[in-house]
Amino acid sequence: MDVEKKVEKTKEEMPVVEKITVGHVHLSGCTGCLVSFADNYEGLFKILDDYADLVYALTLADVRHIPEMDVALVEGSVCLQDKSSVEEIKEAREKAKVVVALGGCAAYGNITRFCRGGQWNQPQMESYVPIAELIDVDLYIPGCAPTPQQIRNVCIMAYLLLKGNDEQKELAGAYLKPLMDLAQRGDEACGCDLMYDVINQGLCMGCGSCAAACPVRAISMEYGKPNIDRDLCIKCGACYAQCPRSFFNFDVMNEFEGISELIKGVME
Amino acid sequence: MVLGNYKSVVAARSTDNEILKGAQDGGIVTQLFAYALEEGIIDGAIVAGPSDEPWKPEPVIATTKAELLAARGTKYTLSPNIALLKEATRSYGLDRIGIVGTPCQMQAVRKAQLYPIGMRDVPDKIALAIGIFCMENFPYQSLEAMVEDHCNVKLESVKKLDIGKGKFWAYTERGAVAQIPLKVTHKYEQPGCHVCLDYVSNLADVSTGSVGAPDGWSTVFVRTQNGENAWGKAIAAGCFETKPIEEVKPGLDLVTKLATEKITKNQKTLEARATFGVGKGLRNPYI
Repeated sequence: MDVEKKVEKTKEEMPVVEKITVGHVHLSGCTGCLVSFADNYEGLFKILDDYADLVYALTLADVRHIPEMDVALVEGSVCLQDKSSVEEIKEAREKAKVVVALGGCAAYGNITRFCRGGQWNQPQMESYVPIAELIDVDLYIPGCAPTPQQIRNVCIMAYLLLKGNDEQKELAGAYLKPLMDLAQRGDEACGCDLMYDVINQGLCMGCGSCAAACPVRAISMEYGKPNIDRDLCIKCGACYAQCPRSFFNFDVMNEFEGISELIKGVME
Repeated sequence: MVLGNYKSVVAARSTDNEILKGAQDGGIVTQLFAYALEEGIIDGAIVAGPSDEPWKPEPVIATTKAELLAARGTKYTLSPNIALLKEATRSYGLDRIGIVGTPCQMQAVRKAQLYPIGMRDVPDKIALAIGIFCMENFPYQSLEAMVEDHCNVKLESVKKLDIGKGKFWAYTERGAVAQIPLKVTHKYEQPGCHVCLDYVSNLADVSTGSVGAPDGWSTVFVRTQNGENAWGKAIAAGCFETKPIEEVKPGLDLVTKLATEKITKNQKTLEARATFGVGKGLRNPYI
């Protein structure tokens, strides 16, 4: 594939200066999203060697304040009663070209939707909101945890979008579009999405993707349709995002073989 | 383009009589998975196995030929095979997954590979995705109504179900044949099928179905590098008898005709959805 060759070439000629800068901003999250990023194993090193400099990540590096960056991977939701958290998310928006809500908490609130305060020693910390309640978010990576492969794909595509040639930019733009559309769609998620936006819309065809995607096995397929145990659901947004009837972009999907090869190629 | 990208297309059938005996058509899916299992191309396959209720499939992970044989035959109702896709890489410990499914399920597999949102480790473990042709599907209760009310046959006594030549057919164990015109079945179709724009599993590695080939044979599209590798080896190993598609009746013309009809009809449904209400429409997953 041409794109693959071009990526290789760009990388060979300009190994360091052409990297994008990426930061990990940790709000009210569990660090599981960052662990998921690290679970790309040698793939993470490949990304850091060739495509991205990690300019900020309190867990991994000693940079104390949010710097300028191309991509901010924001993990966790925001506690409205925690002043520094509110400041941080605003600062992340100011300093980053692209803000990514990494994982269910940043995108949809996830388990922090259930917070209601009353615990020592900050009983007043009771209100948690997904980051899009406070800032504009460019792109969502839903899931609790988000998958290493999805984070990897977004990093590669962000690199191509910011540093690639026209053809690469076009591919990356097409790839990232549905994840950007998810960010536009809203910041509320639940197993109920399968009812509101798939079954109730006459779109469910009973494939079972939602049941596989659910991290807490809250979805079972009964007579071919999802049945949601809403008291088990943690509101991560994975089921709807994984459903092939939430978004299915034929322009990208029809190229699945070439794109898979491209990703494999740049990670080698 | 209604038939998708493919490297080659033939009419084929398995050379294994045991497989052919209970196969819907040419036994392509069962034979190709059986060979892939034996050769280590896959270490398990998600198939539509039997359940407690007659003709109601249950997705299972087959790791033996016996389990594959038990899943032979078309069940005209929903089998949520993708529900097992992640579990196959977890408690089953598979590294090379085979999966069979309808066109929409092949789409789900590819989406899980390109956008793995709740599907950690799935993208690299799809070894062989076999798609079947599919015009539409039915909820289980629809199948019950079609077979028991319209065909007047008990589901328990049915040996084979088939849609072909404009009719829905039920064959019983004791040799009776019942048939009803397809137009009777239309109201029982799964509504989600009416927005489907794929007839011959365009996104599979290998796709197969009855249309185009003579009875007892299947039409087979080999689409991807993965598909070509597995198919080529299986042919070399003598698993299949093949004929050039140009030499069989009714051949590719009929496949193209039916694919075009399905896509045209469903595209119209999608367009109608855009203006379904008054100044409001229904959601379109493709834009």
